[in-house]
Amino acid sequence: MPQEIVNRISSLRMEGITKRFPGTLACDDISLSVGEGEILALVGENGAGKTTLMNILMGLYRPDEGRILINGSEVVFRSPNDAFAAGLGMVHQQYMLVANMTVLENIALGYKRAWSPLRVDLEMVRARIGEVADRYGLSVDPDAFVWQLSIGEQQRVELVKTLCLGARFLILDEPTSALTPQETDELIDLLKRMRSELSIIFISHKLHEVKNLSDRVVILRRGSVAFEGSTSEHSPGEIAALMTGREVVLPKNEAPCCEGCEALAIRGLKVRSDRGFLAVDGLDLSICSGEIVGLAGVSGNGQRELAEAINGLRSVEEGEILFFGRDIANLKPGEVIAEGMGYIPEERNTEGIVPPFSMKENFILKDSGDPHYASRSFLRLKEIDRNADRLREEFDIRSPDTRVAAGSLSGGNIQKVILARELSRAPRFLVAVYPTRGLDMGAAEFIHKRLLEKRAEGMGILLVSEELEEVLDLSDRIAVIFKGRIIDTLDRDSADSRKLGVLMAGVKESGDEAV
Amino acid sequence: MKRFKTLYTAAVILLAALTAALAGALILWTIGADVTRTYSVIAFEPLKNAMQIGEVMIRAIPLTIIALGISVAYRCGIINIGAEGQMSMGILAATAVALAMPDAPRYALLPMALTAGALGGAAWGFIPGVLKARLHVSELLSTVMLNYIAAQFYTFCLRGPMLDPAEITMGSGTPQSMRLTKAIWLDRLVPGTRIHAGVWIALALAFLTWLLLFRTSWGYRMRASGAGERAAKYGGIGVERYLVAAMVISGAFAGLAGAVEISGVHRRAIEGVTSGYGFSAIVVALFGGLHPAGIIPASLFFGMLLVGADMTQRMAGVPANVVTALQGVIILVIVAARMVLENPYLAERVRVRLFGSAEGSGEA
Repeated sequence: MPQEIVNRISSLRMEGITKRFPGTLACDDISLSVGEGEILALVGENGAGKTTLMNILMGLYRPDEGRILINGSEVVFRSPNDAFAAGLGMVHQQYMLVANMTVLENIALGYKRAWSPLRVDLEMVRARIGEVADRYGLSVDPDAFVWQLSIGEQQRVELVKTLCLGARFLILDEPTSALTPQETDELIDLLKRMRSELSIIFISHKLHEVKNLSDRVVILRRGSVAFEGSTSEHSPGEIAALMTGREVVLPKNEAPCCEGCEALAIRGLKVRSDRGFLAVDGLDLSICSGEIVGLAGVSGNGQRELAEAINGLRSVEEGEILFFGRDIANLKPGEVIAEGMGYIPEERNTEGIVPPFSMKENFILKDSGDPHYASRSFLRLKEIDRNADRLREEFDIRSPDTRVAAGSLSGGNIQKVILARELSRAPRFLVAVYPTRGLDMGAAEFIHKRLLEKRAEGMGILLVSEELEEVLDLSDRIAVIFKGRIIDTLDRDSADSRKLGVLMAGVKESGDEAV
Repeated sequence: MKRFKTLYTAAVILLAALTAALAGALILWTIGADVTRTYSVIAFEPLKNAMQIGEVMIRAIPLTIIALGISVAYRCGIINIGAEGQMSMGILAATAVALAMPDAPRYALLPMALTAGALGGAAWGFIPGVLKARLHVSELLSTVMLNYIAAQFYTFCLRGPMLDPAEITMGSGTPQSMRLTKAIWLDRLVPGTRIHAGVWIALALAFLTWLLLFRTSWGYRMRASGAGERAAKYGGIGVERYLVAAMVISGAFAGLAGAVEISGVHRRAIEGVTSGYGFSAIVVALFGGLHPAGIIPASLFFGMLLVGADMTQRMAGVPANVVTALQGVIILVIVAARMVLENPYLAERVRVRLFGSAEGSGEA
């Protein structure tokens, strides 16, 4: 049973790894090492070369120069299979699961030992899953379909899958970026327990997790190692500064509460989810101009449906959405936009941009008929170019020019494209859903600053976020959503993460369970 | 680096040509044909003289027009496999107008017949468009089914109401309408060939399509709907409306191609006159990169293949069907070669394999 007796990996070293892609130097002489039972955090801004480095380690790319040593002897991985055989396993940011197959079938897909020419020995896979689950305390239901699972559960399946293949060394690419706070805590506990059996490389943007979990940290900047050291000796602020090459201080909303007029008033709103139940169930919320209201909550409590209903992308069952006094419930998306609504959607890659379109074309997504960009239906290309150059400059979007396909940009730059488009249209109000999810601190800082600037200019903002720090830093008031209703609204001064955490779990201060 | 790139490109193209030639030779060899003779007929005969070039061009005309329409639909996110049926409906509509007004003057009848052709095709494109926009019926299903209906209706008309009266007494065997009035004949442009004024129509439509897709806000919104439906909806674009519009345009182009075909080439509606143009045009559209500037050369190339197939049947005794199979091989090889050439990583890997990984970019 070859996969059972994979030797322990007592040390893994990458020496002088260099990888060039046409036009860019993705990795420039990078060396790092991980010892047995060690958790190494790999941090860096978007595009610093983390993912490329890990893809080299997993045999997806061949390095141009440099070598990989396991237990002191050199190994060459020609394909991911070689890396698996050596005991390496990676959980990618995008889970590689087939949604309409069961957990068992998904794991069997990669578990070649259970394959014979005409048959897959599912019972063998099932036994293996049980073994792994007991050993690491990772429970999964092998017969559940993947589409039935939450993101956190899917991730657990990915972990089980990787461990079933015999991985003794785990690479986790931003494992917490899509998880709720509770799921994140669970994952961190799990990884801490697993370190007695495994070594882990952990890629993350969230520095408090890095601090909490890892022994050592390696910081990449523009393809080379900017810093390597012990995590315990450095504060998250120091790590952030090393990562971006400058001091990063996430801005805070310290302005006095402004007395704007009511911009958005939602009364008794009921909206159904895709699966047909009432995801927003009698929600009341009011936001003024010049105010940021943070909508905190565990994702899946109706945030997406609320944002879509406000923007005309989902039909409203009952209730009203008054936008500067006019009911915009059930208007078409174009009509809501014309009313002066800006929207940063949750799915930045598929909804916020048209991926194959160039950056400049994406800037006019909402304005292709505007006389500024089209005269008598003919596009004014010069004006579109000028606008694109201006926005690229102003929002510091890093790309060779404005003709590149928006979908080929990094996550942070895509988010900047969306932000640039939405803010430059000068809306009266902005709905921002998870605006900094998965972004590095430099990009998050930039976006936070812009949001606060707009608030100061008198724009009302509904900020949907599951990161309490973000909500606490930016909001004037914080509304907590639970099962489609606002369970409580707190002022900035009276809110703290403990109180919010309790509310997000659906428990009101008085102690009684809210339903 | 630059020299390597040119060499690499040349090598890939040469390799592709060789592969196609060998695979084709294998096919021809299995049926016992004269391989060299067949190849020389396919490669040279269609371009041998003005008459042959004319034949290539009159096949390229409907291919271009239909492929333009298909690319509009495709870019809007709907795959129109129904051009064959839309073309038939266009032919019927144009024929009906011509038959109804045999004495109308040319300046009135010709535009009316062409417009009728476009409208006939547009109506046949509107149905799958609306079905998709309103009821989410897959266009693959609806357009194919409408092809069958159109084909049967076409046959019915030509064997019934539109049948050439002379046919009943003489009985040539091919159902066809009577010869249409001279007023709707398109001019022949070059003596000794069948090249007709449809060339100008095709070129004008190519320009208009380019204008629509890449220079107007309409085209922008259509392309956005096709390239990212969710994002387009988010951006306030009425995706459904553009979808229907794109199908109507696509159908109108196919219908017009039918009207042009009968008024330019056959001068009457004949059974089988669409002869697969609606399907070949799908390949032409994709082959031409869904762009007018690519579609024109692509349809000339396909026109050449079609004429070549006819010629081999006559001159080398190889059935046209085998030549069609051969064309399939050629197309696959060209598509594969293009994908290889567009992959920068592959070129890089080959370079490293050949010249080593050193900073070779300078001297290689």
